[in-house]
Parts: sequence; structure tokens; C-alpha cells
Amino acid sequence: MEDIIVVEDLHKIYKMGDVDVHALRGVSIKIKKGEFVSVMGPSGSGKSTFMNILGCLDKPTSGRYLLEGNDISSLSKDELAEIRNKKIGFVFQNFNLLPRSTAIENVELPLIYNDIPSNKRSKLAKDALLIIGLEGREKHYPTQLSGGQQQRVAIARAIINEPSIILADEPTGNLDTTTSAEIMEIFKSLNKDGKTIIMITHETDIAAFAEKIIVFRDGKVMKEKWRGMEGLHEPVSSL
Amino acid sequence: MNPLVAFRVSYRALKRNKIRSILTTLGIIIGVAAVITMVALTQGAKRLIEEQLTSLGGNSLIINPGSRTRSGVGTVSGKINRLPSEDAEAIRKLSTVTHVSPILDTTEQVVWGNRNWFTGIVGASPDFIFINGWFPERGGFFHNEDVKNAELVCVLGKTVASKLFGYQNPVGKTVRIGKNSFKVIGVMGSIGQTPSGKDQDDVVLIPYTTLQKRILGVNYVDNISVSVRTSNDIPFAEAQITELLRERHHIRPNMEDDFYVKTQLNIIERIFSISKIMTILLGSIASISLIVGGIGIMNIMLVSVTERTREIGVRMAVGAKERDILIQFLIEALALSLLGGLIGIILGIAGSKISSLFTHWPTLVSFGSVVLAFSFSAIIGIFFGLYPASKASKLDPIEALRYE
Ligand SMILES: Nc1ncnc2c1ncn2[C@@H]1O[C@H](COP(=O)(O)OP(=O)(O)OP(=O)(O)O)[C@@H](O)[C@H]1O
Ligand SMILES: [Mg+2]
Repeated sequence: MEDIIVVEDLHKIYKMGDVDVHALRGVSIKIKKGEFVSVMGPSGSGKSTFMNILGCLDKPTSGRYLLEGNDISSLSKDELAEIRNKKIGFVFQNFNLLPRSTAIENVELPLIYNDIPSNKRSKLAKDALLIIGLEGREKHYPTQLSGGQQQRVAIARAIINEPSIILADEPTGNLDTTTSAEIMEIFKSLNKDGKTIIMITHETDIAAFAEKIIVFRDGKVMKEKWRGMEGLHEPVSSL
Repeated sequence: MNPLVAFRVSYRALKRNKIRSILTTLGIIIGVAAVITMVALTQGAKRLIEEQLTSLGGNSLIINPGSRTRSGVGTVSGKINRLPSEDAEAIRKLSTVTHVSPILDTTEQVVWGNRNWFTGIVGASPDFIFINGWFPERGGFFHNEDVKNAELVCVLGKTVASKLFGYQNPVGKTVRIGKNSFKVIGVMGSIGQTPSGKDQDDVVLIPYTTLQKRILGVNYVDNISVSVRTSNDIPFAEAQITELLRERHHIRPNMEDDFYVKTQLNIIERIFSISKIMTILLGSIASISLIVGGIGIMNIMLVSVTERTREIGVRMAVGAKERDILIQFLIEALALSLLGGLIGIILGIAGSKISSLFTHWPTLVSFGSVVLAFSFSAIIGIFFGLYPASKASKLDPIEALRYE
């Protein structure tokens, strides 16, 4: 399989007044198409910073980022927005649904910015909610849904434009164990359908769903472990 | 993003805060209502002027004794100024003048048989009917010969004729005015009321010489009524008459006139100046409220951008470009100002109807002014919405997503 993501010597420095916060200190990683990767590491180690750069929400201070072979650093803001729209789906710990929009409207959102006509939008969104197991909840507002259901809506929104990459920053961080397992099953089946998934988590049993685990520490990749198919679902506490 | 979708999003955002939206647009509402009322009043004033012009005959002017500034009357030479009858004859010789009539008036009891009627007696010359475009409907009018001889003849106004004679024909009858008996030689056609409600038909017309010599015992006239060929000649005629009368009255160059020429233009100017004051007044109210309204919209849009920072972040994360966010918030500001504009138009139409009810001043709400007001509020919305919208579009997606 070809490399879908290649980062080389990524640095990110936040300027806080006269103090520089060095969030990433030279990260180099290659991720193949169709891989399921878990990112772990202590709080403040730069996982979210790294993820935001991968998701084209942020730009590195230095280093190279090749997405499907294209150098991201040369792209304009509009081009980055288009990549976020078409190639990447985000899933957040706090779901980030629009509170005053219904489930189906939330799912339709990326289609609006992809200029899909209204009738086609609602059909696609309906299908996505069906796949994710939320049919009949189209007209519900986020407050009328459980945490797990909200995260399903968020996943439906992430996959609606059929992106090749799904980035999830602690997707189960706000969910109980059973619900977390259900959400992970969805990720697993999406991965089976060929989507590349990169997921941040603090929990080892959640990380165990991935084939590869990257561990961050102090803005650097401390360890990169390929678990292989046979190693799946083994405890990762050995890391 | 499709503007229609943006409009739906803004519509829902506004509906969510109904009271806030309406309060925000109050400035626009007042501004637009003022614009509509203002234009309606000015249009009404124009219409009023046109009507007066046609009813009064735009080609006449009147020379009055005294100076235009009232304080000057009587103080210049210690006695009240009068116009000698001869001035009328001199004016008649001017090139632009077509008709001249000296005018005097008084009030007297008019008696026929056992009926009597207290009315205005106007002394004039035969030119009177041409200057005013007002002719006898029965019998005729007096002639220059009657003026020369101060004959005891009269022409009745329609109201006087019907008060004294009912349905009988007055022509040929003899009426008594004061101590003199007058032969009725005609009855004037009806011209109805003045705009201020005075009955113009309640009058008896007699030769001015008769009024001077037989009733009042004077040799001056109250004023001189003059007509020129067209209303375009009025300014020149006014200059000619002024020059002539100053010479006849021996007024030195640095002295004030002891007479003044009143033209329809004066009346027109007065109406125009009133409507101009109204326009300036309402115009300044309108522009101030529109600016205040615009600032209100800007303020509420800034609040809205802050409140919805996270929403903006989410939209950016799923692929909204800067332009999409900009357009969404611009359209929201536009929708706010257009809402205000719409309410303002309705209030403005109601306002001009009410003000015409109280002032008896006709108002005309034109389609043009509605379009003007609507586009004005649109411009205000876009102008004052631009800053908040551009602020929203320039947000950093990560910071926006993290905003609590
Ligand atoms: N916008 C910012 N401005 C300044 N410093 C920042 C900013 N964002 C992150 N940082 C700093 O960068 C470092 C890495 O932060 P990051 O959010 O990537 O950590 P993380 O690994 O995701 O932590 P956690 O597991 O708690 O989510 C931290 O020290 C953080 O304080
Ligand atoms: Mg994090």
C-alpha cells in the first residue's frame, strides 16, 4: 500500500507572549492507506497539535507534510478548507455538533460546503444515519440524543463526503465503556471499508482496536509499534 | 455555499432571538419610516403647489403698499403708504404687462327688497376678469366707461346673488349698497373656496372709482393686480414694476421700497421652504436613526459572532471557506436590516397617512421612495455587517473549536 500521509521533522511552536511553547519537536511518521492508527501519550505531549496539523486545521512551524503525495505547506486557506471538506473527516471528544440544528442537518453540513443540491443532501444524510444506526432520529436535536448517539451523528457527518481519512481526537473520551465499544465497532467497520483512521486515545483497550500504535512524549514520537493482525485485541499495557 | 442556504441559516438564527432582532432593527425601522414619510410629504407639497398654481393663475402679481419688512410700514414717512390710482395707468404701459386692475375693498350691507346680506365689496377695473380668469355667467361686466364715470353698477358673486335673489335673475334689478343704489349688470360664475376655506363667491364687484368716490371718499387704491403674458415673464415684470414705482415715488437709491410686489412665486417659495424644512428635519432624523440602526446591527452581529464562535469553528472544520462564513454573516446582517426596512416601510406609509390626516397636507407614498428606503436599509446592513462578518471569517478554526 502507498503512504497516504508522510510527515518529516514536524515542529510546532506556539508563541505565548515572550514564551515559546514547543508543542512538536521533530515528528516524522509515515501512514499507509487503509491503516488504523492509535496515538497515545501523556497529556500535553502534542497529540492534538499533531492531529490538527494532519487535519489541515493548523500549519506546522517547520517540517514537511505530504498528503497523498501533495505538499500541504504550499496550499492556500481555501485549498486547505477544500481538503478538510473532501479528504478528511473529523470526530471530536466533545462531538462538536451544532446545538440548534437537527441530527440530519448536522450530518448535511459538509455537503453544504461541497455544493451538493438540497434534495441530494438529505438523501445522503439519511443514508449515512442509517449506516450508523440512527434511523428515525433525523429530526432530533443534539440535546435530545445520548452521548453515544451524538457521537454517531458526528461520525456520520465525518464520513458523509466519503473522505479517505478519518481523524478522531479521543472519540470515546466522554463515553462509558459499553458505548465506547459500540463506537469502536463503527470505526473498525469503516476501516474495513478502506478508510484510513487515526485516533487519539488515553485508554489502552481502545487503542487495542488499531493495527499500529504511536506513542508521543514531549512533542516527539517515543515509540511506534506495529501490532499486526494476530496481535489485535491483545492488551497493550506492555507498551 | 449557496446564498439560499445562507438565508435559511440566518432566518433561523434571527427567529431564535425574535425580540432581540426587532429591538436591534429599531433604528432602521425609525430611519426608513422617516424616509418614507419625508418623501411622501414633499411629494404632497409639490402636488399642493401645482394645484395652487393652476387655480390662482401663475401669471399674475399684486403690488401692495408698504415695505416687505412689516416693521418698516408707516415709519418711513410717518404716515401709512398708499398707492395712487395713477400708478396703475403707468404700469399698464410696461412691455410685459397685459392687464392691470387697481383693487380696493370694503365691507357693506347689500339690500334687495326685504333681504339683505353683509358682504365684501371689491372695486376693480374691467381687466379684473382677465387677470383672474373669472368671468360673468349672466349679464356682463362693467366697462372702462363705467370706471371713468364712477357709475353705480355692480356684478354679484354667485353666493351674494343666491342669498339675495334665490332663483330669480338679478340682472337688471337694483340693489342698495350702503346709501347708494346700484344696478346689477351681471352675476359671476362660481369659483368656490380658497385652499384656506374662504368663499370667493361671497363678493360684489363694482368699478374702483365708484368705490373710491361714492363709498369711501378716497383717491388711493389698496393694491394693484397685474397680469403678464406667461409666468416666465414674472421675474422681469417684477423688476420693471419695481424700477417704475421707485421712480414715481421718488425713492432714493439707498431707501427701501414703499411698496412690495407679491407674486405666486412668493407663495410657491413659502410652500417650498416649509417642505424644505420638513425634508431637512425628517432627513436628519432618518440619517441619524439609520446610522444608529446600523451600529445596532453591527453590535448585535459582533455579539452573535462571539456566541457562535464554536459553530464557526465546526463549519470551518468541515470545509467552510472564509468566504462562506463571511457571506453567512453578511446575509444575516442584511436580513436584519431588511426586516427593519420592511417594518419601517409599513410604519412610514401609516405615518404619512396619519400626518396628512392631521395637517390636511396631501401625502403621496411613491413606489420610488419604497425602493429607495429598501435599498438604503440593504446598504446599511451590508456596510455595518461587513466588519463582524469579516471578523467571523478570519477566526482561527482551532481556537474557534476550543472556545467555551
Ligand atoms: N493554542 C495554543 N497556544 C499555546 N500553547 C498551546 C496551544 N495549543 C496547545 N498548546 C500547548 O502545546 C502542548 C501540546 O498540546 P496538545 O493539546 O497537543 O496536547 P495533547 O497531547 O493533546 O494533550 P491531551 O492529552 O491533554 O489532550 C501543551 O503544552 C499545550 O499547552
Ligand atoms: Mg489533546
